[in-house]
Amino acid sequence: MFAIDPRRTDLALEFKRRPFGPHSPELQAVLNVLRGAVHCQNLLLVCTRPHAEWMLAEKQPGGLPPRLLADHVFTSLEDAEWHAFRVRWQAVTGQALPALDRA
Amino acid sequence: MPRVLGYADPLSVAPGEAIRFMVGTLDGPRRYRAEVVRLVCGDTGPGALKTVRLPTSIEGEHEGVPQPIDAGSYAIVEHPEAFGSLARFTLQAFIQPTRVPVRPAPSRQVIMGTWAEDRRAGFALILDEAGALALVVGTALVSTGAPLTARRWYHVAASVDLVAGTVTLRQTPLADHAPSLEQPVALTAPVRVAPPPAADFFLGAARRSVEEGRLRTTWHFNGKIDRPTLARRALAPEELQAAATARSTSVPFEDAIALWDLAADIAGDRLTDRSPNHLHGRTVNAPKRAVTGHNWDGGEMDWRRAPHQYGAIHFHDDDLYDARWRPSLTLTVPTDARSGVYALRLEAGGGPEFWVVFYVRPPRRAPRARVAFLASTATYLAYSNYRARMRPGPAELFIGALPTVDTTDLVLMHHPELGGSTYDTHSDGSGVCHVSRLRPIVNTRPTGRLWNLCLDLCLLDWLEAHEQPYDVITDDDLHREGLPLLDGYTVILTGCHPEYLSREMMDALAAYLGRGGRLMYMGGNGFYWRVSYPSAHPGMIEMRRAEDGTRAWVESVGEYYHSSTGEYGGLWRRQGRAPNALVGVGFVAQGFDRSSYYRRTPASRDARARFIFEGIEDDVLGDFGVAWGGAAGLELDGFNPSLGSPPWALVVASSEDHSNAFQLVNEEMNVSFAGADGQFSPAVRADMVFFEHPGGGAVFSTGSIAYVGSLGHERYNNNISRLTLNVLRRFLDPAPFVTP
Repeated sequence: MFAIDPRRTDLALEFKRRPFGPHSPELQAVLNVLRGAVHCQNLLLVCTRPHAEWMLAEKQPGGLPPRLLADHVFTSLEDAEWHAFRVRWQAVTGQALPALDRA
Repeated sequence: MPRVLGYADPLSVAPGEAIRFMVGTLDGPRRYRAEVVRLVCGDTGPGALKTVRLPTSIEGEHEGVPQPIDAGSYAIVEHPEAFGSLARFTLQAFIQPTRVPVRPAPSRQVIMGTWAEDRRAGFALILDEAGALALVVGTALVSTGAPLTARRWYHVAASVDLVAGTVTLRQTPLADHAPSLEQPVALTAPVRVAPPPAADFFLGAARRSVEEGRLRTTWHFNGKIDRPTLARRALAPEELQAAATARSTSVPFEDAIALWDLAADIAGDRLTDRSPNHLHGRTVNAPKRAVTGHNWDGGEMDWRRAPHQYGAIHFHDDDLYDARWRPSLTLTVPTDARSGVYALRLEAGGGPEFWVVFYVRPPRRAPRARVAFLASTATYLAYSNYRARMRPGPAELFIGALPTVDTTDLVLMHHPELGGSTYDTHSDGSGVCHVSRLRPIVNTRPTGRLWNLCLDLCLLDWLEAHEQPYDVITDDDLHREGLPLLDGYTVILTGCHPEYLSREMMDALAAYLGRGGRLMYMGGNGFYWRVSYPSAHPGMIEMRRAEDGTRAWVESVGEYYHSSTGEYGGLWRRQGRAPNALVGVGFVAQGFDRSSYYRRTPASRDARARFIFEGIEDDVLGDFGVAWGGAAGLELDGFNPSLGSPPWALVVASSEDHSNAFQLVNEEMNVSFAGADGQFSPAVRADMVFFEHPGGGAVFSTGSIAYVGSLGHERYNNNISRLTLNVLRRFLDPAPFVTP
């Protein structure tokens, strides 16, 4: 099975710069793992102000309402995607992504 | 979340006709404000929402109260005298439970009986909280203590002798092709209770209460019930064993109180008793019929050819046909109201507004516009109350992004009684194949997800911007009235995603083209699934996700035929009527992270296509738009003569460079293969197609759901807008089209 190489932070940077495709095949492989991992399938965005604000939420089993995460509010979909990417990267690889802002 | 909800009936009205609005508040009584508006443009971006107020007598503040919904399907036999004072009786049925035990909140599930929870009286054969067969009678409860297995057939029986003071239960697993170690369980236990009082008899539920004259039910059964019977004597344990061995629930007429035949009247809501007592009943909330019974052997797939193998009904605790809310407001549409998409805009308690969408068709006996927009109301209904994105699952793998909802969508997860869409599964995991408009619908509105109606409004906005008069007609009108509804219109414009159609709708559109009509198919993944409109359930559609296609769930084997009409369900493509034959293109791929653009083809230089590109020098078309940045996106259709695309049709543009999230749909892949995404497969594309129809008219197809989202770019001054206007103007020109 394909495993993410946590040293490939260049792929994380590619995602940060362009969270919505097309992606390179290598980044797509990373996304397949992050989005396909069973413990990574529960995130949802709830728009709280049209076109301006989104709150992260966790989907719940058994038909229950999503759990809203009020301390994770974003003003762009790109920021929300990047947050989800970082959280999942750490969950899957066991390693936190370093700051990539200046890369 | 909104503090007020509502729905309208009928869906489509002509000026001068009346429409009723059923309104209910959430979290207690409260005042709400109502206003009727015509919808012009959806909320595609900051400041984009456009509505036109229609002054009406119902505009203003009103007192609102909550209106309950009694979800969950069952059958009821309203002959209480037949079921009172029974001292000796036997209940038998075949059952296939699908949710055992009920979790996370344990619940009893009634197979059949008269139990009334508010009276704490009656009797019922049930599955208890652990999923074991049990009998509740008066103050007594007897259980086998052996939980049943989900999706396995059983013969179940309870023999009750209140004179002798005994109850005998027997649950017998039926042998099938799956190996099992399960054994029959039989139990006789003493009881000391008086014969139950007269009461209505239920299959699949118990009475909870009667509130303001309305029956409320509880303990809904999830699964199939087949051949339920009620005998007027207590069968001996060896008789129950013999019945199970013989796979029979029947008793002689002289012993029978009721012998219900669920294979009768499958198309309707009638419950037929074959005993001499004629204890007929009716189903409530449209449980699924035409389902395989305990004796289905796989030899027949069509219930009409072997009805005795389809003697079951599948009940769900979250089925809903009619919310049965009391009318709150009634509007007579002003005689001078123009045809359009309208909404009753409701606001209460500072929450977001709730939109009750309805349609004003043109006057029935007056001149009409030359252009009609055919609102995809069957598709809107198929998607109504879509919950799947809010449930755990791998949605991101096909969306290519985080699923996004808004606080109005969240109402669904706090109010499961509102029911789901045909993209959802019931609480037992089976697919939702019935959806009704007789309930509040949270996602057919001009706000929220840019999809279906919200995106279709981009097309109406564009027509308004070009001062093009148009009428609005609906799928529901077309199904009911057929070709006469279309006759007289020079051009029919579809919405961006006319995915669900009945045979009557397909026939009418084909006949319209055969008589010289001009059709502009303004979307993608259209004319895909077959639906039917059950005559016994007005306002509901039925569909079965059979055999093939991009399916949110897969129909149960042997249940591909609609109960309401006997039609074979599934893709039109699988029934000799691929969309390609009607509009030149058919569904090939989908993805939801970023839309792309079209590039003109050499065929666009053909003299036959010159009118399409007048004034357009660009080779790249639609690299802009509110629908994820391009005109080619979301769901894409391709040209394919092998599926019926006319060989003389011109593919005047094709999209390219789609993202990895776009994948070929499975019906395009007989054998799974790699490289099927938008970065690798040239088949992942939208084909823009024009062809002259032998009837003298013509068809123009965009092949992309996202297309209409590009019409308004740069104040409608862009190559997609120009191209579409070129087509519309030529299609309005009465000069006939001649096939090459």
